[in-house]
Amino acid sequence: MAVNRRGAVGVHLGVKERPRLIPSSWASASIDRRGVLLGVAAIGGFLAVDLGTVLYARGPIGSNGRLTPQAFIDAFRRVYGLHPGFRRNHAKGVAVAGYFDSNGNGVELSRAAVFRSGRTPLVGRFSLPGGNPTVSDSVSASRGLGLAFGYPGAEQWRTAMLNSPVFPDNSPQGFYDRLLASKPAADTGKPDPQAMSRFLAAHPETARAMATISRQPPTSGFGDSAYHGLNAFFFTSATGIYTPVRWSLAPMASTGAPAPPGHGPNLLFDNLIRDIRSGPLRWRLLVTVGEPQDDLRDATIAWPPERRVVDAGTVVIDSIDSERRGNARDINFDPMVLPDGIEPSEDPLLSARSAVYAASFRRRAGEMGSPPAVGVNEVAQ
Amino acid sequence: MTGAPTKDHYSLSIRILHWLTAVLVFAALVVGFALANVLADYAALLMLHKIIGALIFIMIIVRIVNRLRHDAPALPATVGRWERRAVVGSELLIYATLLAQPLVGWAMLAAAGVAVVIGPVRLPSIVPVDAGLYALLRNGHSVLAYTLVVLVAAHVSAVLLHTLTLRDGMLGRMAFRTRRHVVRHEQ
Repeated sequence: MAVNRRGAVGVHLGVKERPRLIPSSWASASIDRRGVLLGVAAIGGFLAVDLGTVLYARGPIGSNGRLTPQAFIDAFRRVYGLHPGFRRNHAKGVAVAGYFDSNGNGVELSRAAVFRSGRTPLVGRFSLPGGNPTVSDSVSASRGLGLAFGYPGAEQWRTAMLNSPVFPDNSPQGFYDRLLASKPAADTGKPDPQAMSRFLAAHPETARAMATISRQPPTSGFGDSAYHGLNAFFFTSATGIYTPVRWSLAPMASTGAPAPPGHGPNLLFDNLIRDIRSGPLRWRLLVTVGEPQDDLRDATIAWPPERRVVDAGTVVIDSIDSERRGNARDINFDPMVLPDGIEPSEDPLLSARSAVYAASFRRRAGEMGSPPAVGVNEVAQ
Repeated sequence: MTGAPTKDHYSLSIRILHWLTAVLVFAALVVGFALANVLADYAALLMLHKIIGALIFIMIIVRIVNRLRHDAPALPATVGRWERRAVVGSELLIYATLLAQPLVGWAMLAAAGVAVVIGPVRLPSIVPVDAGLYALLRNGHSVLAYTLVVLVAAHVSAVLLHTLTLRDGMLGRMAFRTRRHVVRHEQ
């Protein structure tokens, strides 16, 4: 208690009081060994529980062997390398805008304002899957279309679609394992066929889905592709009735046309840019109504073709721009951003997509990236 | 500490609000940290996190108003001049952080162009849509969360030290059961 005694002397001499490690005010308490031990034990116990809970919730304690958003970010980096500023998946893309002309047919199923007769502006982004922002286009590659109806309003509807009729995976673990199995080998530059066959043997649902996907050969480009929302959702009507649905976009341009001339790494995007310059591209927004026997939790299974389909209107894309600050580049096409009148199903992919997209968006939003590979103004008229 | 006798605990409303806040803040922090670490439960936890965050924001405003209407009981004699400054400073810092954190969460979603949906309520946007601003606010939300963890740890540790080691009845000021505790007053 030398510090205290000195402090007391200091006060006596009128020297300005300064804070000490052990405050002199504590001298008024009778401190004994038991009290010190009790205090230290209680504080230690509290801090252990408190900080332990934080480390358990945030990781890494107890997170080993469990899939986390960070595990996906790491896996994309392992397979595709690090590309700051770009999406971790669907890194290569182009921003578009247009509108949705609703014919009012969707109102029967959903009270969402977007389905009332009338026009809702939208922004979107065409993309290629994978984390490489400079990957070369190929007609066989699958294609993505993200849309944000009514962006940036409070009643927005965001959706991230693919041109395949079903999704290859029905669980986050399946997606993760497939991603790693598709990693190109260092020597050949191609995925290890053994790793992929091992994966498919362990994931029969993916093998089935791949067969379904291969029965629908890809079209010549972005503009004549159909796009599918893949996961099931619920539409809720004005009277509160829940209807399980999946949605898709059916192209109004002719399909199966011979591939337009064009070569080079941006073949698909260059054609899309020319298409939109020459006139708006249109799709029918089709809402497929699920039946009780349809599995709402499994995006690998196509619903039977006899399911009722409601044509809700026309999606029109009439402008295109390179990805830049403030356009679709800066939108996270999180499938859980939904208006009143659309609700998520119990499909486990939905929550996982939302979590991983958020992790990707958080990282890339804070990074300075290189310019996008697709430059709209670089494409000749 | 001579003169008029002081109450030895906070008013009942302050004590109730304090412990409700403690539970809510602990829940918001745990759920918030878990959000960055889960897949299957992400959507449900995010909804819960927004509800708790909104409750805390309302609670803190009520508490500030309520705190201004009631006097605090005197600090024990063991709290000296410098420690008193730390007590007041950390109390203000906790209030400020708890008020800022829900606002930053709201603003960061607005910067991402997403409305905050809490049940049937859709909150309006409070900042312009900007990805760079989103990154700043999103990281700020994490910094504030860790700041709260540190502030709460310091707050609880200090109260435990005073109550158990210095035995000055510090916890009794915020407790519900009036303990038969001998508070050592300066004579």
